Formats: sequence, structure tokens, C-alpha cells
Amino acid sequence: MARRIDVKNLDVYYGAFHAVEDVTMTVEPRTVTAFIGPSGCGKSTLIRTLNRMHEVIPGAHVTGSVQLDGTELYGQSVDPVAVRRVVGMVFQRPNPFPSMSIFDNVASGLRLNGVKNKKILDDAVERSLVAANLWNEVKDRLGKAGIGLSGGQQQRLCIARAIAVEPQVLLMDEPCSALDPISTLAIEDLIGQLKERYTVVIVTHNMQQAARVSDQTAFFNLAAQGKPGKLIEIGPTDKIFSNPDEQATEDYITGRFG
Amino acid sequence: MSVATPDAQLTFRRPGGLRTVKNGLATVYVTLATVLAVAPLFWVLFTVITKGIRLILSSNWWLQSQRGITPRREGGGAYHAIVGTVEMALICAAIAVPLGIMGAILLIEYAKGTKVARAVSFMVDILSGIPSIVAALFIYALFITIFGLGRSAIAVSCALVLLMLPVVLRSTEEMLKLVPQELREASYALGVPKWKTIVKVVIPTAFGGIVTGVMLGLARVMGETAPLLILVSYAVGINFSPTSDTMGALPTMINAGRDQPPQFPGYERVWAAAFTLILIVMLLNVLARLIARFTTLKEK
Repeated sequence: MARRIDVKNLDVYYGAFHAVEDVTMTVEPRTVTAFIGPSGCGKSTLIRTLNRMHEVIPGAHVTGSVQLDGTELYGQSVDPVAVRRVVGMVFQRPNPFPSMSIFDNVASGLRLNGVKNKKILDDAVERSLVAANLWNEVKDRLGKAGIGLSGGQQQRLCIARAIAVEPQVLLMDEPCSALDPISTLAIEDLIGQLKERYTVVIVTHNMQQAARVSDQTAFFNLAAQGKPGKLIEIGPTDKIFSNPDEQATEDYITGRFG
Repeated sequence: MSVATPDAQLTFRRPGGLRTVKNGLATVYVTLATVLAVAPLFWVLFTVITKGIRLILSSNWWLQSQRGITPRREGGGAYHAIVGTVEMALICAAIAVPLGIMGAILLIEYAKGTKVARAVSFMVDILSGIPSIVAALFIYALFITIFGLGRSAIAVSCALVLLMLPVVLRSTEEMLKLVPQELREASYALGVPKWKTIVKVVIPTAFGGIVTGVMLGLARVMGETAPLLILVSYAVGINFSPTSDTMGALPTMINAGRDQPPQFPGYERVWAAAFTLILIVMLLNVLARLIARFTTLKEK
């Protein structure tokens, strides 16, 4: 089941540093939303606040609100661990667990949350690997180490691992930046399939990628180094790439930036 | 040396004269330094092996004690000392390994960058610089002077803990630092709580290195002599009880026989005991490598 994300007046801080300023946006279920913008504009920071992953860095905190289908993620009694069970994440660099086999990597999310039933695990692993377009390549070597795969396969393994726990939202922080064009294409196809079941948010530096995979695009920018990043414009991807409202957006996507 | 101009004729000649000489001198110097550093090791090994191998190869050496054997008599073995050394080291490890690993987890996973962590780290540095005799005297003061207990093998183990703890803690800390933050985040992103992430992802990833650290720590404490001299009497007979006040051990066996004249059979037993100690430490290292290898998954 996919969920809607509502971000309202969100400010993100690392200690005293104001990283992201006053973001308000809505992400509809079963859509792909792309975050684009120059380095340091806070798009990775923002995506990490959507599953409270930014809190891993000491001193990081937010003000404002993030709601998932109306339920506040930053309420007093909210357990970040419970949030992350619903909002999964794929990272910039493939990060399979080196101590685990391919099978164990995909099963890890379920196992570590207490699922022991062999049948359930087998089914979940196959289903997730099929969904991640990796099953045919690894089905004969599920017991081998996940880090023995190629970079593109590792990233698809990480996607399989993320969807094995059946999250309702999938966050992807530059998932293709470490991959070659063929692997990138495989992942983009996969994103197209994933949005049929999940709400997908993706950070990317590749504007063609944003144009190819996303339904909605958000452009972030920062006034200067050391200033907080801001959401400049958010809208349907077609519109952002053909006829944006803001001059800054047009400058950025046409490469006249800075 | 001149900078080449774009239109100048390219030359790729070997450097001449002085640079060749410098290169040769440097090569000789680093080779010599390596040989000098390694030579004593081989010398020690050669001496110990040639003088100790005869006794080591007899089965009696591994099965009998020195009970009733005087330095002038042939016979007996090192079984009593091996039992003592291994037993005291194991008791020590049983205390030091959990403490060291837990301490490292606190410092790296929970208290990183805090004042507490810095203070504990500093203390561990001091602890790792403590001479073994000071550790032994501390335990003597605590157990025997203050609590009025007798000397015992357990007291030795406790003194060894003070020596092993910083080794295990420091090496575990370094291994945990090497575990990429991305792996922890990947686990958190699956909705796994922090403690489970540490137990199921971080520790298994660092396992090989942690085992190596434990083995290095064990190797260190097995050769320590001062705590044995101060906290337990050397026994020539076999004794398994860690609470009794006498127990054999390889370092004290070497110490007890070290002033024998070369014509006495006891002289040869000293070399054999030294060889045994080296063998056990080497065996531990091999074991550590095997454990590390078998816990690593095959990639292809």
C-alpha cells in the first residue's frame, strides 16, 4: 500500500547550522518525485528527514511537520525505528552487508525484525529479487556473498533488500550515481515498475534521469555556501522541464546555472 | 633538471650518475634495515628450535609433569605448565573479551565524540602502558592485602585481564571504526533497532578483526611472567584448580630452570618450554586466521 507524504514548513538543522529552510510539499501515492538541485542544496538532507534517517548524525533536528497519510512522523511518541519500517531507503553507494550472502541480505530486514519462518523468507527473497530484476542473475548463487556482485547488481540487491520488508514509501538517494549507464537503465526501469506499488522519492544529479523517471520534480537551490537550501519550485515534471515558473529553475535545467 | 618545452626533442634516457648512486644507496639501506629488523627473530627461533626440538618431539613432554624430576635427571614434561598457562589465559579471556568488546561498542556506537568517550579512551591508553609488574602488584594489594585472600591462579588471571583488556578494547574499537557508516544506515533503513544493528550487522562485519585482536591479546598475556611470580607459586605437579595457590605455567617453568648449567638435563627443558610457549602462541594465530577465513563468505 502506497502512502501520501505531506511536508509542511519543514526546517532542518545540523546543530546550529540551518541546512534546509521552510519546505512545504506533497507527494502523491504511486508517483515518482525527483529532487534536483546543485550540491549542498539540502535535497539529500530533506529525503533523509522523510524516514528520520538524518537523526543518525548527532545534533540533527527538525522543526515543522512531515505526515504520512495524515500521521505525524515527528510526534512526541513516534519511534523512528517504526517509521523506517514503513519508509524504506536505498543509498547512493551500494551497501550490501558484507557478512551476509545474497539470500541473507534480502532476508535481513525480515529476519532482523523477527521473521523466522523459512517459507515466508524464501518467498519474500524470490519475490523481491524478481521485483528488482536480479533473480535470474543470482538464483543459482544465493548462498554466495552479496559483495561479490557487480556494482549495478549490488544496487539492485539493495533495492531488493529494501522492498523485501514491504515498505509503503521508498526513498532513493542518488541510487545510480555510482553505476554505469546499463545498470542505470536497469534501475530506472525498475523505478517505473516500483511506482505501481510504492510512493517513490528519488534524489538525482542527472536531469535526464529526473525527466525520464519522475512524475513530479522539485528543484532546490541555495543562495550561497553556508546558507540554507530552499525549495524553489515543485510541479509536474513536464512543466518543470519545459516551462518552469522560476527563472532559477530554468537556468539550472538548461545548464546556465551559476 | 629542465622543464621540457613543447617543441624540444623528447628524450627518455635513464637518469645518469648521481641519481643512480642515490637510488642504489637507498636500496641497500632499506634492505639492510629489513634484514637487521628480522634477523633477531630468526636467530631466536633458530636457537629455541634447535635446542628444544628433541624434547618437544617426545610424547612424554606433552603428557607428564615435572613432579619428582630434579634438574640433574632426564624425563618429565611440560603438561603441568601448559595446563596452567592455558587455563589462566582462558579465565583471563573470559573476563577481558566481553569487557573489551562491550567497552569498544560503547565508545564507538553510543558515546562517540563525547567527553565520557574521550576520558575512557585516555584511561585505556594509560592502562595499555602499565607494566605487567604494576598490574600484578595492584592485584596483590587488592586481593591479598585488602581482601585477605590467598595467592591463586585466579589472581594471576585478574592481573592478566588488566593487560589484555586494553589490547582487546583498542583493536575492537579500530575494527568497529572500519565498519562503514552506510551499513549501519542500511540496517536502520530496514527498521532494525540500533542494538540489533550492532549485534547482527556491525559485529559480524568486524568479526575477523575482533578475533585477531583477541588472539593478539591472548598471545601477550600468555608470555607475561611478573603476575605469575607475584601471585602464584610455581608448581611442578599437575593442578587444574584455579583457586589453589600453586600452579605451573610455561614462563615460570622457564624461570625456574634458567640457572641450570648446560650439562644438566634441566637446561634442555628450559629451551623446550620456551619452544612450547612459542608454538602455542603460533597455534593461536593460525586458529585466528582460520576462524576469520571460515566466517568470511565466498564471493564467487
